[in-house]
Amino acid sequence: MRSLLPILTVLAAIAALWYAAVAPMNIRGALDVAERAGAEVVPAESRARFDTSIWRLMVDNAEHIGLGYSLERPRLPTPVQVGTELWKTTGEMALNGRPMSKRSLIYHGWITLQSTLWGFALGTVLGMAGAIAIVYSRVVDMSLMPWAIISQTIPIVALAPMIIVLSSQVGIEGRTVPKAIISAYLCYFPVLVGMVKGLRSPGAAQLDLLRTYSASGLQAFLKLRLPASMPYLFTSLKIGIAAALVGTIVGELPTGAISGLGARILIGDQFGTPLAIWAALFAAAILAGVLVTLLDLMQRVTLRRMGMQA
Amino acid sequence: MQDQAKAPVVDRSMTKPVISARSLDLTFQTNDGPVHALSSVDLDIGKGEFVSFIGPSGCGKTTFLRCIAALETPTGGTLTVNGMTPDEARRARAYGYVFQAAGLYPWRTIEKNIALPLEIMGYSKAEQDERIARVLDLVELSNFGKKYPWQLSGGMQQRASIARALAFDADILLMDEPFGALDEIVRDHLNEQLLELWARTEKTIGFVTHSIPEAVYLSTKIVVMSPRPGRITDVIDSPLPKERPLDIRDTPEFLAIAHRVREGLRAGHAYDD
Repeated sequence: MRSLLPILTVLAAIAALWYAAVAPMNIRGALDVAERAGAEVVPAESRARFDTSIWRLMVDNAEHIGLGYSLERPRLPTPVQVGTELWKTTGEMALNGRPMSKRSLIYHGWITLQSTLWGFALGTVLGMAGAIAIVYSRVVDMSLMPWAIISQTIPIVALAPMIIVLSSQVGIEGRTVPKAIISAYLCYFPVLVGMVKGLRSPGAAQLDLLRTYSASGLQAFLKLRLPASMPYLFTSLKIGIAAALVGTIVGELPTGAISGLGARILIGDQFGTPLAIWAALFAAAILAGVLVTLLDLMQRVTLRRMGMQA
Repeated sequence: MQDQAKAPVVDRSMTKPVISARSLDLTFQTNDGPVHALSSVDLDIGKGEFVSFIGPSGCGKTTFLRCIAALETPTGGTLTVNGMTPDEARRARAYGYVFQAAGLYPWRTIEKNIALPLEIMGYSKAEQDERIARVLDLVELSNFGKKYPWQLSGGMQQRASIARALAFDADILLMDEPFGALDEIVRDHLNEQLLELWARTEKTIGFVTHSIPEAVYLSTKIVVMSPRPGRITDVIDSPLPKERPLDIRDTPEFLAIAHRVREGLRAGHAYDD
């Protein structure tokens, strides 16, 4: 309970900062609304206001600042507006029996989640396989590791459209597979690096001990290296699943997808509905939070079962 | 007292040595040129002996132990364990090895840690349980089998690691500074326990240490070594009886041996470099 106060303090600070930012961000929109309602605005002409700084506008029209907190299409919506939009596109639709409507974020979140999980699974398998190869073969270590690092220096937005084009070229229909590939591309790296470190974590004495038992390489792997790598693996998986989600969303952005959280963000941008963008953004953040929390729980349970203090 | 009557010291010299080294050499190639870790080492260790290796860092005492365990390969000379090469001896499960760090797996209970070599060597579950119970009793940890290593003190962890080395009935126990990281009081207690365990099991023990009192208190034979190149400078057969209470360390006999060990260390060690 003692940690509650600092947590609430940080939350309150974020909310305060956010609310404070809404005023300057929405002042132009607020003045447009005020003008249309027949109120007096300085400067009166929309064109002239465009050339005036927002700070000047706020000083000259202090009485209209409040309107910025209830715009229909705000540049920066308030937390309450975002929350309301989020509820309208998730909980309310579910209550109305249409959770999988095309306008529901549950539907779009589900589309994104599927690709994320496929990409996460693929990336984890690739990362672990790569790590095992790297730990057991010096040749692979020297030949694969540099490429793994280079792969992460390429901006994923540049790569995503090419992966879509190439996968349609080899006859893969739909977007689930290419999105999963993009997601796996971001996700495998933290798993690879973490597992390499984890598999190498047993010291020389530990390996010598197994040698005195004439243990086989497979026994050393199963009884020592693999269990020793578990704490590292879970840390990597948590980073990996967040990266996989980012990968999927990026995969939905520049590719003309019409469903998925990334597509919602893009469409919201094109149709000038910032509320939709913010709601999708928060849905993605909540989804990532849930996924990471689930992995964290799995980590606690697994490590406690293994007897290690988690 | 029974032990003294059962195993007279003279008998040991009559039997074939368990470990025998003849002009053993080991040179490591490093970036700074060759390092002579061991140079012309000749040593016989008889069955049931407790042999301590003492000397400053770099004298090759650990390296010699590792050669016996086939963890290092000598570059010259011969080394036999039970009449076999160290590699063959390892496959015949001739020895258990205890490292300075207990090295217990944190994800296994003490029982499961002791089961590790038994699992690898393919013992049946029933036999594993029987052996675990027996060695836990030997190191007086019977009530701690279900605990995890972090729930035990450092001294108890090291006793568990000794139990692990004893689990598969190797005749030889190789111990590389097993109590080096423990405080003096715990160390005294473990030394006493180790002697009891040695008397009960009649193992042959090779024991690397930095401590003169520890070496003299435990050993039937003390091998004094010196560095650059790593070599044996003195081999002392202890005249102390097999039954050794802790206060034997205040007797003139004990102090005389300790003095000789100290002289050997001083002679072999050039302090000016």
